[in-house]
Amino acid sequence: MTRQKTVLFACGTGIATSTVVAHAVEDAMKERGIRFNSRQCKTTEVAGQIDDVDLVVTTAQLPKDLGKPVITTLAFLTGIGKAEALDKIEAVLRD
Amino acid sequence: MAQALMSYLDPGAIVLGLKAATDQDVIRILADRLSALGYVKPSFADAVIAREVMLPTGLPLGGDNNVAVPHTDPEHVLRPGLALATLVEPVSFSNMEDPDEKLQVSVVFLMALNDKDKQIEMLQEIAGTIQSPEIISALILSKSVEDVSRLLR
Repeated sequence: MTRQKTVLFACGTGIATSTVVAHAVEDAMKERGIRFNSRQCKTTEVAGQIDDVDLVVTTAQLPKDLGKPVITTLAFLTGIGKAEALDKIEAVLRD
Repeated sequence: MAQALMSYLDPGAIVLGLKAATDQDVIRILADRLSALGYVKPSFADAVIAREVMLPTGLPLGGDNNVAVPHTDPEHVLRPGLALATLVEPVSFSNMEDPDEKLQVSVVFLMALNDKDKQIEMLQEIAGTIQSPEIISALILSKSVEDVSRLLR
């Protein structure tokens, strides 16, 4: 049994947008049979929270070179590119 | 789902066919409505505009009819509410994902938020609505609050 991975969801204030995105990703991954730990923060807090994180999913710009995979996407708000974003997330979580 | 968005919208804060020159004009016009209706403090408009510069809220929908969801910190809000403007000519908002990219926005949802749970529900309803290109097109063509109400109920 492999360790359950952790996804950090980031947005401008770390409240509304990241929660909407986290719920959408959790639901979609459950359908694909994948479980993960979920955390949220402001984009400005990501660098300080990244140590135990396997993937960052963000709706707003982050500093470069965080050393972990980052997916920047508005797909879970606008619906555009949602399938591709989910495939990318799945690939990291199954890796 | 998306239909419930009308329950957050105050009919007095719906401005259809607005002519505005800039994103800041749109924000001020909608913020004035929310202020007059008792949703926000007078400081709200400036706070939203300042936040928009730092953390923009334009959402690209893949065409010329993009959407923006400006908002700000709870201390400027008296009670949760939502204002809507549809624009005759689009104005430019920066992309949430990439502030260097300008988006032509035709629909603006100005959110007054001071309750975390309501905030998430409201944004979820907005996301549900904007994921339907048909609803956005119909919203832009809406001529009356009744039209909007039928679409977003």
